[in-house]
Amino acid sequence: MKILVCVSNVPDTTTKIKLSGDMHSVDLANVQWIINPWDELALTRALELKEASEGKIEKVTVMLVGAKSAEPTMRKALAIGADDAVRVDAEPLDAYFVAGQIAGAIKDENYDLVFCGIESSDYNGSAMGSMLSEFMNIPSVSSVSKVEMDDDQIVVNREIAGGFEVVVPELPFVAIVQKGITKEPRIPSMRGIMMARKKPLKVVEASGLEALTEFVKYEPPQPKAACKMIDADNVAELVDLLHNEAKII
Amino acid sequence: MFIFAPTKNNNMPYPYNPPDYFQIDELLSEEHKIVRSAIRDWVNRSVVPVIDQAAHEHKFHERFIKELGELGAFGPFIPTEYGGAGMDHIAYGVIMTELERGDSAIRSTASVHTSLVMYPIFTFGSEEQKRKYLPGLASGDLIGCFGLTEPNQGSDPGGMEAKIKDMGGHYLLNGAKMWITNSSIADIAVVWAKDENGIVRGMVVEKEWTGFSAPETHNKWSLRASVTGELVFDDVKVPKENVFPEIKGLKGPLMCLNSARYGIAWGAIGAAMDCYNTALQYSLERKQFNKPIAAFQLQQKKLAEIVTEITKAQLLAWRLGKLKNEGKATPAQISMAKCNNVEMALNVARESRQILGAMGITGDFPIMRHMMNLESVITYEGTHDIHLLITGSDITGIHAFE
Repeated sequence: MKILVCVSNVPDTTTKIKLSGDMHSVDLANVQWIINPWDELALTRALELKEASEGKIEKVTVMLVGAKSAEPTMRKALAIGADDAVRVDAEPLDAYFVAGQIAGAIKDENYDLVFCGIESSDYNGSAMGSMLSEFMNIPSVSSVSKVEMDDDQIVVNREIAGGFEVVVPELPFVAIVQKGITKEPRIPSMRGIMMARKKPLKVVEASGLEALTEFVKYEPPQPKAACKMIDADNVAELVDLLHNEAKII
Repeated sequence: MFIFAPTKNNNMPYPYNPPDYFQIDELLSEEHKIVRSAIRDWVNRSVVPVIDQAAHEHKFHERFIKELGELGAFGPFIPTEYGGAGMDHIAYGVIMTELERGDSAIRSTASVHTSLVMYPIFTFGSEEQKRKYLPGLASGDLIGCFGLTEPNQGSDPGGMEAKIKDMGGHYLLNGAKMWITNSSIADIAVVWAKDENGIVRGMVVEKEWTGFSAPETHNKWSLRASVTGELVFDDVKVPKENVFPEIKGLKGPLMCLNSARYGIAWGAIGAAMDCYNTALQYSLERKQFNKPIAAFQLQQKKLAEIVTEITKAQLLAWRLGKLKNEGKATPAQISMAKCNNVEMALNVARESRQILGAMGITGDFPIMRHMMNLESVITYEGTHDIHLLITGSDITGIHAFE
């Protein structure tokens, strides 16, 4: 059995995002890059499954669509414990593009289980996993909060309103995972970091697929307007302002 | 939308964004940066949530040893065949910086374990000694300490009173060591003592041996989250195979100290960056006279001087790391870097504390804890004054302390 974990290279979650003057790009100077946190949890769970599988899971591969500058993030994934890595050499333009590139790159690889984070912490698209399953023509399960291996089956919990449902999908399938999938992401050890140096990181050319969306510009949220304080006893004035000034009642 | 917010942590009032004013990151390799992020993640997860309380309660969390072992933070430059990671000295430095950002006590534990215990066993030990002790030390299954300083001998270790006597089949060790990090929790101690000819010899002494005791030193106002104590040897039988075979004289312990001092030169930067990060963000948030205190010239002067000093220390440490990787770092260069960077960190802690006003003395912020720790760091592994005299001796050719 082989597991694929799709990872994104995203700015550290504590980064203060600055936009360029024309609102067309993000200033990426001094940004620290990390593995998308949901993908990191997925990778950790994949490795836990492999270690507990007594050899049934032979390989965990990480996959990323991105430029060469994203390779440190892949190297970290290898340091955490992935066996090998594949990078599709292209800027990740939108979810459709990324899903299509991944599907193209792995079509002959026969992965039994594909992990995707429920979204990436940069653009919060939440679309790639489902699109990937469509491209691959295999099932997907979203909002997965638990993955267990039971003999040759993979049993997943899928979060639904007020609880969860237990699903045993036919392999191969795409598991779109959220927090809870494992306790916390695994920290690479120093030996893991040194071993990652020798693990294979394959680069494949992008296919001719094009993005479906066109980026226009960024727009920051409007600054908060000044707050008007009204005396708690003066309900009439509050109603008047809500009715005549804010025009919401 | 799902927000992946970092876990709220009461002991981390602000996200940790250390300065990199001169793009020193570009001088680090991809691996160094992964090392940094790994150790930083561990410190955020394991140290920051408990360290303030641990320091208050004068408590060392022994789980740190096992976790640091699993991470590979012990002996990162020791070859893999002995349990290390086979990394370079800049990686070791980066680890020390990140650990000391958490607390000097944690860095001290790792420094002693790595530079004063694993390093001498690796460098001076017989093959049997290496195989017997290094893998356990690397994994954290064994805890090590280092005995050089004595009640009557600090800056002048050549006058040590600890002695070994050749009894034919073994040596008999007598004496006492003081200010020993990890003493009462250590499984083994690397001990330096004079033989009957007055020559300093090094040896590995095991905790269980009769006549060896290690009482803890209480009442510290510094490094409260680590263990400090004494080592007392009363007719301890040391098998001959536990003595380092070749190294003789003070050169042995001084080589260990060079390795430890190198790590401290890097480590102190971590404490300084934590103080600066706190002071900068507090000064932007705290308002007086209707504006953030960061808008006042006197605060800006403090912040500007702090970031300048940190930047200089980073460059010094990085260059020293390159020299050490090339086998060219001299003891005098290491002394200069330890001396400068620790004094820098202490000054940064004091200035940062001022920026926080009264809030700076509380455990809600890490500054006061770092400041108290650094009072030890500026004294151990060669006092500040002794390091200045080493530089003085190096540039004038005149030894002022002999």
